Amino acid sequence: MIRFSWLQFRAQAVTAAAALAAVVVVLAITSPHRQANFGVSNWLYTAGIVVLYLTPAIIGIFWGAPLISRELETGTFRLAWTQSISRTRWVAVKLGLTALAAMATAGLLSLVVTWWSSPMDQRNPLGGYRLSAVLFGARDLVPVGSTAFAFALGVTIGLLTRRAIPAIAISLAIFAAVLVAVPLWVRPHLIPPVRTVSSLNLSNISVGSSFPENSLGVSTTVNIPGAWVYSNQVTTPSGSTSLGLAPQACISGPANSPTAGPTSVCQAAIGRLHLRQVVVYQPGSRYWAFQWLETAIYLLLALLLAGFCTWWIDRRLSR
Amino acid sequence: MSGVIEASGLGKQYRRTWALRDCTLTIPDGCVVGLVGPNGAGKTTLLQLATGLLTPTRGTISVLGEPPAASPAQLAQVGFVAQDTPVYARMRVADHLRMGAWLNPGWDDELAQRRIGQLGLDPKQRAGSLSGGQRAQLALTLALAKRPELLLLDEPVASLDPLARREFLRSLMEAVAEHGTSVVMSSHLVADLERVCDYLIVLVASRVRIAGEVTALLASHRRLSGPRRDPTTLPAGQDVIEESHTDKQSVLLIRTSEPVHDPAWTVTPVSLEDLVIAYMSPASDIPARRPQLGVAS
Repeated sequence: MIRFSWLQFRAQAVTAAAALAAVVVVLAITSPHRQANFGVSNWLYTAGIVVLYLTPAIIGIFWGAPLISRELETGTFRLAWTQSISRTRWVAVKLGLTALAAMATAGLLSLVVTWWSSPMDQRNPLGGYRLSAVLFGARDLVPVGSTAFAFALGVTIGLLTRRAIPAIAISLAIFAAVLVAVPLWVRPHLIPPVRTVSSLNLSNISVGSSFPENSLGVSTTVNIPGAWVYSNQVTTPSGSTSLGLAPQACISGPANSPTAGPTSVCQAAIGRLHLRQVVVYQPGSRYWAFQWLETAIYLLLALLLAGFCTWWIDRRLSR
Repeated sequence: MSGVIEASGLGKQYRRTWALRDCTLTIPDGCVVGLVGPNGAGKTTLLQLATGLLTPTRGTISVLGEPPAASPAQLAQVGFVAQDTPVYARMRVADHLRMGAWLNPGWDDELAQRRIGQLGLDPKQRAGSLSGGQRAQLALTLALAKRPELLLLDEPVASLDPLARREFLRSLMEAVAEHGTSVVMSSHLVADLERVCDYLIVLVASRVRIAGEVTALLASHRRLSGPRRDPTTLPAGQDVIEESHTDKQSVLLIRTSEPVHDPAWTVTPVSLEDLVIAYMSPASDIPARRPQLGVAS
């Protein structure tokens, strides 16, 4: 069955290998690791991110969605399932072989793009080095996991719709929704964030007050290299975010000017309030923990979908 | 009596319609069985139940003594050519043979190569560009080279022109004669089966109407023509399957185990086609008059 799956998959594998080789050549030529090329390839940097998000989607719709739906559509499943091989083995080998190829493709691509982009990643052009929402999903391990998931999703939807074209459309829509949902609603909760409370450093604050209530507003900056900051608040010693009335020194005069910063009198007045800075964040050191966790989640989902496909083919499709 | 296929109370329901129901039959070993019936009678459903591609809603079916598709070993004993003879359009003829060799432990590669050669198929040609007849022959080759004990063919000649039909059936019969394979093939045209079948099952409106050996069926049916007469006045043991009347004349197709002695009748033998058509016509659906000849349960 492995040889037969490979026979059916060969053409797609060759296409993928050729595309991969082309990417490697382009990136090798334009490597920013060589000083001469540094900074000439901003659009290639963006393209690298786009490619790593497109790869799972493309593999999902071109390898995943037609994998079984095409057999159902053209009736060849009746040929395949009357050979001397169990359906479970048929689906396991087909899924396993193609999934491995998909993950290898995504893994190699991610490896090359991550390597190529590393000097520019460190210059942080998109803000929030490495743990940033956009960059994180297009580096290192996560594309491998999301590709496995997109592939299994395509196969599953294809199995349920029994038609390749609707399966492509539906699985693409679901995968796009997952790509949006994961950084927004899943990733922030994977590891409980760190919460630090420190006394407010008066040198970095900007001060405002609202009209007409005169309630005090103080904001400050946070400088934790590589961190993914969820929130950065200034509170009273008791932890309340409403800071009470603004001191008189901070209302009159140019204190409110956002550019000039508070006057020393205002600063001293705020110092007497003993305010705290509360920062909730994920340290940059957790990058690999996040990578492994998110990849594991994608792989687990892919395995669940594959298990569902096997069960469906074995138990439901003949009903 | 044990058969290659034994079905008992077999039924298959799709949503609200029954594609096959109350099907109880035994298909004897070593026969070439024709499964005839109008379109939508349940022929495909019965064959797919026998391959395990479908699971029954009711009843049971066993093929070569085991539930269909119970194990790879059971699958290896049953060759199947599905309706419209599906093949992988983008794979070459030779690749199909490699598939057969890889997926079937009993694969007879010499037989497969010889057949492909005899049929004049180009091993390098993609299966999608074969003609309907060539595709059917390729599908039959895949099924035959498995060296199955039982071959199930679902309307294998439906899409073929008369010449290709004859050629297909001829090569099928050669292979069957060579290996002693049992065959069940369906068709909605009796003419296709007449030459090759020695056992016939007529399936109408998802029920088995009649089943039996072709020679026994032909021997036990007669056409009577004579002056107009009410069929209910026939002696016991003469069951009317089909009747037609004019003002003066009656023509009856009857089943009887006794010779017909009434001098009023002109008695003629029936052809298989007449017999099948008589059983397929709605008028013959009179339960009291159709005890299922030759059906062992």
